[in-house]
Amino acid sequence: MREVRDYPSRIGDAASRRFETFSYLPPLSPEAVRQQVDYIIARGWTPAIEYTEPEHADETYWHMWKLPLFGETSVNRVLAEVEACRKGNPNHHVRLVGYDKFRQTQGTAMLVHRGAAGNAAR
Amino acid sequence: MSNAAARTYSAGVKEYRNTYWEPHYRVKDSDLLACFKITPQPGVAREEAAAAVAAESSTGTWTTVWTDLLTDLDYYKGRAYRIEDVPGDDSCFYAFVAYPIDLFEEGSVVNVFTSLVGNVFGFKAIRALRLEDVRFPFAYVKTCGGPPNGIQVERDILNKYGRPLLGCTIKPKLGLSAKNYGRAVYECLRGGLDFTKDDENVNSQPFMRWRDRFAFVAEAVKKAEAETGERKGHYLNVTAPTPEEMYRRAEFAKSLGMPIIMHDYLTGGFCANTGLANWCRENRMLLHIHRAMHAVIDRDRHHGIHFRVLAKALRLSGGDHLHTGTVVGKLEGDRQATLGWIDLLREKYVKEDRSRGIFFDQDWGSMPGVFAVASGGIHVWHMPALLAIFGDDAVFQFGGGTLGHPWGNAAGASANRVALEACVEARNQGRNLDKEGKDVLTAAAKSSPELRAAMETWKEIRFEFETVDKLDAAA
Repeated sequence: MREVRDYPSRIGDAASRRFETFSYLPPLSPEAVRQQVDYIIARGWTPAIEYTEPEHADETYWHMWKLPLFGETSVNRVLAEVEACRKGNPNHHVRLVGYDKFRQTQGTAMLVHRGAAGNAAR
Repeated sequence: MSNAAARTYSAGVKEYRNTYWEPHYRVKDSDLLACFKITPQPGVAREEAAAAVAAESSTGTWTTVWTDLLTDLDYYKGRAYRIEDVPGDDSCFYAFVAYPIDLFEEGSVVNVFTSLVGNVFGFKAIRALRLEDVRFPFAYVKTCGGPPNGIQVERDILNKYGRPLLGCTIKPKLGLSAKNYGRAVYECLRGGLDFTKDDENVNSQPFMRWRDRFAFVAEAVKKAEAETGERKGHYLNVTAPTPEEMYRRAEFAKSLGMPIIMHDYLTGGFCANTGLANWCRENRMLLHIHRAMHAVIDRDRHHGIHFRVLAKALRLSGGDHLHTGTVVGKLEGDRQATLGWIDLLREKYVKEDRSRGIFFDQDWGSMPGVFAVASGGIHVWHMPALLAIFGDDAVFQFGGGTLGHPWGNAAGASANRVALEACVEARNQGRNLDKEGKDVLTAAAKSSPELRAAMETWKEIRFEFETVDKLDAAA
């Protein structure tokens, strides 16, 4: 019989917290983030950046970094804003949002930098 | 302008076609249109059978009555206005019927169906009758409440964007105690699922009364939320013997702070469903809809109601999720039809498309959309195909595919979540999931022992990706 493994998730361990889409994958590499920015722009969505203190991560409204990047089609400029947000807010979580104005929703949203507690699980 | 006043009363039986067959009728935007597949009795002309269906589903009865002359029946009657061959089947034909909107009470799916699929289905002049599609006029759509929340609002409430949602029906569906049942829920949710689900026949049996189930499940949901930091739900089935009891259960779910409840809209009935959808809208509760009994109604190709009509009825009556079939596996042959009714659930406007079984343009206006739920017999290997077919606005429910993991529910849930996110990431990168699905999963499994174990467990189940090659990735 094959060995049964414990599932490593703990209520007392901040590393067990997840952040929705892509938070069960290893942290996105810079290249992987670039590809997702590409996707957001290609869909015609508006990139936006939000950040939060980790203890407020479960709240709906994170801090908005500047304004959504309306009309921005340069992946590099979006990535530069992500980096500026991260540097300006050490120990904060940073997420990337793609606003879909036609469907009045977020087409996607994903964590691109995890503050304080380090990366999830493994 | 009508010369009805000049008519005289003449008792007796007239041919239906004299009154109810109008091939030159110009359809009005406000008409409710229906396409029936009619299998007539031998010797009954198509026009007569079509007219009979129009008559018996609207103003007509078998003989003329004097009170017909007290109203303007030309205004109120349904009319058969077109007949078409059924491709590949000589035994039957399509009849198109137009009904004036005033035949139906506003906002009443119950009333529409009482007319359209009422006595007429037992009518002797036809051998079999199937309601294939219905065009609800926009004016009628605006009188219906529809989904209590809709896809966008549900995503906002749950904070989940850019991917399908994941669920799991707790098994064994009958026989667990409430406390053990809650354990299974907790394990699934902490492992990464968004939802768990009561099976449809879990109501309030002696082994697990509903209050106990709701209370233990609520504790499980809250603990999994605290542990993962993500928003979770369990479809608490409030389907009950009476409406009063149904609302009692819904109120208790709300008092526990739960975000979603569940109803079986066909066994429960349209009246109960519409009422519950209204309650959900008033109480900001999500509503998952199961479809037990649908196959009794929709499976026979010559008699009954096609599922696309039942799906439209649900969108009008109200529900935020509806089971649609999985397409992959045993329902493969129904792929085009399934894509058709998925569109009817989710889109604002759906064009006539016979290749998907859609007979009419349907304008939903601002009515919210319904998440399509794919459930039954699916596991991690199906993930690339499911994502390619359903796109993001769907819930994939893996029952055995979660609970059957060799390390338990949490590991099974995690495997599914990793597989889903890997497929979404790959799709967003422009990769072809139909062709590269296996590579995507294999790569993702390198950093997820849970996914690796799941892929080994179900490896003997045939890889079915080739069969979906032709499909575009859905938006």
